[in-house]
Amino acid sequence: MMVNALQELLQGFFGSAFPLVWTLLKIVLIIAPLLLAVAYLTFWERKIIGWMQVRIGPNRVGPWGLIQPIADGVKLLLKEIVIPTGANKGIFLIAPMFAFAPALAAWAVIPFNDTLVLANVNASLLYIMAVTSVGVYGIILSGWSSNSKYAFLGGMRSAAQMISYEIAMGLALVVVLMVSNSLNLGDIVKGQSQGMFAEHGLGFLSWNWLPLLPMFGVYLIATVAETNRAPFDMAEGESEIVGFHVEYSGMAFAVFFLAEYANMILVSTLTAILFLGGWLSPVGFLPDSVFWLFAKISAVLFFFLWIRATFPRYRYDQIMRLGWKVFIPLCLVWLIVVACWMMSPWNIWK
Amino acid sequence: MEFKTFVFYFLSAIMVFASLRVVTARNPVHAALFLVLAFFTASGVWLLLQAEFLAISLVLVYVGAVMVLFLFVVMMLDINIDRLREGFWSYLPLGSIIALLMVLEMGVILGGSYFDILEIGVPQTAAGESNVQSIGRLLFTDYVYPFELASVILLVGIVAAVALTLREKRKTKLVSPATQVFVKAKDRVRVLQMPAEKRD
Repeated sequence: MMVNALQELLQGFFGSAFPLVWTLLKIVLIIAPLLLAVAYLTFWERKIIGWMQVRIGPNRVGPWGLIQPIADGVKLLLKEIVIPTGANKGIFLIAPMFAFAPALAAWAVIPFNDTLVLANVNASLLYIMAVTSVGVYGIILSGWSSNSKYAFLGGMRSAAQMISYEIAMGLALVVVLMVSNSLNLGDIVKGQSQGMFAEHGLGFLSWNWLPLLPMFGVYLIATVAETNRAPFDMAEGESEIVGFHVEYSGMAFAVFFLAEYANMILVSTLTAILFLGGWLSPVGFLPDSVFWLFAKISAVLFFFLWIRATFPRYRYDQIMRLGWKVFIPLCLVWLIVVACWMMSPWNIWK
Repeated sequence: MEFKTFVFYFLSAIMVFASLRVVTARNPVHAALFLVLAFFTASGVWLLLQAEFLAISLVLVYVGAVMVLFLFVVMMLDINIDRLREGFWSYLPLGSIIALLMVLEMGVILGGSYFDILEIGVPQTAAGESNVQSIGRLLFTDYVYPFELASVILLVGIVAAVALTLREKRKTKLVSPATQVFVKAKDRVRVLQMPAEKRD
């Protein structure tokens, strides 16, 4: 009702430019809450890790410390951006945008429910993989343009890590799209609403995580490595090594920071959509709703924070070994297992 | 001018500029970045042709993977620009012959279809079938042997790359993770019971 009234009002006001304005409005409606979520995810992380380590966490700025992320943002905005001598200035300043922009652009094809999606394209999963693969340029370019050995080596290290885990992640996604017979994220979610358990009202057992359990594990761990999060946070191992963004300060550094959290939210959303049934309700007697999607995203995000507070950091050679020698062979074998399963009479994805 | 035509010329202008900069940029890293830009705009042009699968794969494979490795190599190399430019005049004849051949080849294809001499029908996808499905069907029915052949050649490439870089094991103190995992505390630590001694 209200949406229709607003639509008519805007149509009268903008005339032929209306579709453009309407799309821009929808983009703002996705990006603004996303940025707010990014800000409060940093706060939530500090609180949760604080509680897990029997501390209190930030509680000084505003009630229960709720204004803390805004105070942090203002502080970083007002800081000076130091550009090192001999740095390649243009690339130095563009690199953080390269890291951040893909995490936002990918949201164009994320479906929130049956109809709520900005662009319902056929190859949306492929689009997300392509767009997020551009993010590695932020890392490699910031490392190179800083004109610093440490930043350069850190950039190489992080970029190699991201590329390695992208392969395992991609192979896990191949298995998912094989069983859903579609590259469209909406169709992948709808495919998870059918099955033996869904008919008996136990929808959560029909989601992809159970029949594709090894791939779910691989995907979850690979996303942690992709987003450079603990225990794979080689990019900013505070105590032992330096990362690609050592030469960055102020807002330029903050953009890398925001990119990390925006990427976390993005991969959590993808996990929720691909393996945890998106907006589908876990049990038959409750209706499907977009709130289920948000609940699942929050649960996966909590997992990210939980393992950061729990596990010690991996050594770099152990990270590479896990990616190349464990995950990729596992994915390749499971790909064949699922392919045989689909061709057998016990195929459950018809 | 139709909007689609405008987009095409806009993308083409960027692509031509980027491709020129690839060969004229003095800094090899800048040249590689302009190549990335050229790939990206090329995928935009393919999107205009509604070949979304090819366009997205171009970004995924070339921009997301190949060019990153390319940048890796270019950044690590110590390239002396002046020494590279030394042989310019001696390489010019060979270079121009190759360039002429390429222009000729493109001219035959493009000119042929422009004057309707060559009959190149643009394959239309069946209604209601997505780009990905139709490409997949073609690859695994009509073109299955060339496709498998290409994958075998790629496999040979992988094996060759591994064989070329495989060195004899150096003496390192690297411990096998498999044995590391199975270590029990009692293999390493011996707990002794010592009777307390009385002081007198």
